[in-house]
Amino acid sequence: MKIYNNKKMAFFFLLPALVLLIVFVYYPIIQNFVMSLYKWKAFEDTRVFVGFEYYKRLWNDSVFWLALGNNFLYALISIVFQVGLGLVFAAILEQKFFRRFQPFFRTVFFIPSVISMTVVGLMFQLIYHPSIGLLNQFLRTIGLDNLTHAWLGEKATAMFSIIAVSQWQSIGYIMLLFLVAIQKIPADLYESADIAGASSLQKFRFITVPMVKETIVMCMIITLIGGFQVFDEVYVMTAGGPGRSTEVLASYLYRAGFRNDEMGLASTIASVIFLLTFTMTLIQLLLSNRKEEA
Amino acid sequence: MTKNRKHADYRWTPGRILTFAVLCIYALLILLPLLWMFISGFKDNQGLFLDTWGLPDQWRWQNYTNAWKVGVGQYFWNSLLVTGISVFITLLISSCAGFALSRFEFKGRTLALLLVLGGLMLSPQVSLVSLFKMMQSWGLYNTHLALIIPYVAYRVPFMTYLIRSYMLSLPREIEDAAYIDGCNTWKVYLRVILPMSRPILATSALMTAMSCWNEFMFALVFISNDDLRTVPVGLMNLRSSLSTDWTTLMAGLTLSALPMIVLFFIFQKQFVRGIASGSVKG
Repeated sequence: MKIYNNKKMAFFFLLPALVLLIVFVYYPIIQNFVMSLYKWKAFEDTRVFVGFEYYKRLWNDSVFWLALGNNFLYALISIVFQVGLGLVFAAILEQKFFRRFQPFFRTVFFIPSVISMTVVGLMFQLIYHPSIGLLNQFLRTIGLDNLTHAWLGEKATAMFSIIAVSQWQSIGYIMLLFLVAIQKIPADLYESADIAGASSLQKFRFITVPMVKETIVMCMIITLIGGFQVFDEVYVMTAGGPGRSTEVLASYLYRAGFRNDEMGLASTIASVIFLLTFTMTLIQLLLSNRKEEA
Repeated sequence: MTKNRKHADYRWTPGRILTFAVLCIYALLILLPLLWMFISGFKDNQGLFLDTWGLPDQWRWQNYTNAWKVGVGQYFWNSLLVTGISVFITLLISSCAGFALSRFEFKGRTLALLLVLGGLMLSPQVSLVSLFKMMQSWGLYNTHLALIIPYVAYRVPFMTYLIRSYMLSLPREIEDAAYIDGCNTWKVYLRVILPMSRPILATSALMTAMSCWNEFMFALVFISNDDLRTVPVGLMNLRSSLSTDWTTLMAGLTLSALPMIVLFFIFQKQFVRGIASGSVKG
């Protein structure tokens, strides 16, 4: 169609998207880096150039390393549970026997993903509540009183309690990605395995897993990146406490910028998050490009 | 369904019973907390403390109306406004960009495509401080526009990607005929392309609505007036203001979660399609 060679028209249709992205997505990243080199406050116009001072400070800041460690822990556990269980559940629900139950379980497992983290977080805050909470009440009912904790109030349990909520919310989402991937596996692979007398476990190990390898890698990277973006659940449930024990990079960023008014430090933490997540996304892109070429 | 299906595939065996039990337990792990939240919303604190598991002694609908009155109602309208406008603008901009990128031939198209899709790679956390500064200096801080603009900007890349892929798969005959009938590009976009893209637009609208309705971080930082808060951040305020009135809080939480759960039940197919076509979370 000649009409589609009209450059001006194409530009006209593209312009809003491009302007929006350049001004509100790309430019802020550059600006953020610049602002990390200054000492400045949220509601004042003066700023002082300090160079890489904040980067040096972060390097020697134990809370920064603690937060980074928490992000790693978050990502690691999420990969094991979300990708692991997501895959296993999907494989089970795609078995001939379980397929008739699939709509029900798929729907139920996915429900938490459509609820906002604030609702989920506040709900779990009550579930974890030392006296009225479901969890402790349940433990007392079955006689495990010594296992009761102030789950979000103790340094030893707080981080894990938050991470558990995240798993609760996201396993169904990842499972859905795997369901789609498994449905694309040619059925005759499974049929010939049936004829050869393979067990479900063997089919999982030798057909399902190799065939959805790409999706596994992709989900691992999505979850990994997600682990370094965590903010909502931490802010809602503990705001980084008790002490600083559940601090993650994003909550530290928020605290530095919008509680302590050290905007330069906040920008510096944002730059670190950018570098980490950007690298991971590049890896994901390289991997998925390789897949398309193959 | 064939009649001679292999019975062995459908017989209950011990292993299958065990697996089924595991699935059911996990389903309960998801449903019980939600059900507990819903039912606790009808109790008073005493009922919650003494009989967490039981049904309420009486169904206190006033908890729900009360939660609505002390804030949830206001947050609800704010969220509805912000979500509605964001969805509309996102779809408009993304469908235009998708149209341009799926139909037009021009130099720099690959670059434009990369620029749009590149937005998928960037996390909002990184821009929080700069956007805050920007909104402030433009006088948008503490207005709903401070939410709508970044919501749209961060949703456009993914939605353009979805819509463009769909438009690429559309047959060309109808639009060719429209051009021969003398329609211009704009008319073809409005009257032919958009109507044919309805399924993917529905999917995109749902996914955008879900992420805007649930967004927390921007809403926390860019709005300071309680009257302007959207649901997720408003709930945090509700928690502080209700302090130990747990049951009203639970009623409020249930009310806030309901719209998305209902939408999900009605439009499950669209949700699944959206998630299936993109590997992007959230």
